Amino acid sequence: MCDTCGCNITHGNENLIRPGGKLEKTESGKEAVTVLHSLLHENDHTAQHNREHFDQHNVLAINLMSSPGAGKTSLLEATIQQLDDNIRIAVIEGDLETENDAERIRKHGVKAIQITTGSACHLDAHMIHQALHNINLAEFDVVFIENVGNLVCPASFDLGQHQNVVLLSVPEGDDKPAKYPVMFRTADLVMISKSDLLPVLDDFKVAKAKSYLRDIASVAPIIELSSKDKSGMPLWLDWIRQQVEKRKKHLEQSVD
Amino acid sequence: MHELSICQSLIKQITSVALECSAQRVTSITVAIGALSGVEAELLKNAYPIASAGTVAENAELIIEALPVRVKCNQCGSESDALPNKLVCKKCGDWRTTLLSGDELMLMSVELEKIQETKVIH
Ligand SMILES: Nc1nc2c(ncn2[C@@H]2O[C@H](COP(=O)(O)OP(=O)(O)OP(=O)(O)O)[C@@H](O)[C@H]2O)c(=O)[nH]1
Ligand SMILES: [Mg+2]
Ligand SMILES: [Zn+2]
Ligand SMILES: [Zn+2]
Repeated sequence: MCDTCGCNITHGNENLIRPGGKLEKTESGKEAVTVLHSLLHENDHTAQHNREHFDQHNVLAINLMSSPGAGKTSLLEATIQQLDDNIRIAVIEGDLETENDAERIRKHGVKAIQITTGSACHLDAHMIHQALHNINLAEFDVVFIENVGNLVCPASFDLGQHQNVVLLSVPEGDDKPAKYPVMFRTADLVMISKSDLLPVLDDFKVAKAKSYLRDIASVAPIIELSSKDKSGMPLWLDWIRQQVEKRKKHLEQSVD
Repeated sequence: MHELSICQSLIKQITSVALECSAQRVTSITVAIGALSGVEAELLKNAYPIASAGTVAENAELIIEALPVRVKCNQCGSESDALPNKLVCKKCGDWRTTLLSGDELMLMSVELEKIQETKVIH
């Protein structure tokens, strides 16, 4: 081999990274081998494999990410209560320790699989692949993956999801997109959670958060939502319905 | 800290390159990292000795090249350098840009040592 896959080379960065040749003898007589492979190659391939699993069964996979305690599980609980019955949900929960979040979900009669990562501060595609062996995807329409609460590490690992939702809770402050650009750039939808606290924590300016998101060239729509007083829920539920429809259309087209 | 798990997958890749090229030892590794890759060069360097211990890549030099963050404006088309949290067009100021480089996380090359000198046939 010593072959080049180049899966990370784009038109944009080609001139920066393409070196002279494939095999070069260095002065010392050692051999330099050009590889040009993403360090996340293995994870990315497993993620793609997971995505194929989801697609085979027409399942939409949504990855929820946020800092610890921003309200991911509460959002899922509110979603389970309000989403149309014909959209069948399963949840994969990622935490360092405890089955707490999975148990909260199961109380609502929804299938939940807990992944405890131990010391790993993020979920990776292999963990999701393991979890998928315990879910009969044919029985579900949407799989929510609640990632480990962390605004840094989960951003680097594709899980095979179709959509990334990043929660920014009001108590965290409106500048988080500027401080964690890598995470917020992954978002297909940004949720400003705990919006019921906006009147109390009035130094959080939604417009400010939006402008920080624009600064990182994010085109993600923004929904203000409270799992407590349920404001914003209709917008969120509509967004889910749209994504489910989009998936279906996309898959029908690729079959033809 | 996810740098350790990324470092472990780096070692896996290097090991298989070394194996396929029948090399005894890896002497240096070059990795390119952009500021928007989500990986800190320093943390990767710290993780390296732990991840490489007992492998063919133990004691290899880890060279990290930083790639610049560059964007192309979707409105006026010009290309400019940018900051990780300020990806706007330098020319017209519009925020609708496409990232050209800066999110890479790539194993560029490895330098190998073989016991037998192989002849290169041209
Ligand atoms: N005021 C208010 N509190 C909320 C809201 N949503 C969640 N909380 C509270 O925030 C705390 C954390 O909520 P969780 O839903 O457990 O947050 P999480 O993101 O799942 O937390 P981890 O999984 O540990 O990262 C709990 O005490 C919730 O009651 C909300 O919309 N408004
Ligand atoms: Mg939770
Ligand atoms: Zn590849
Ligand atoms: Zn411009």
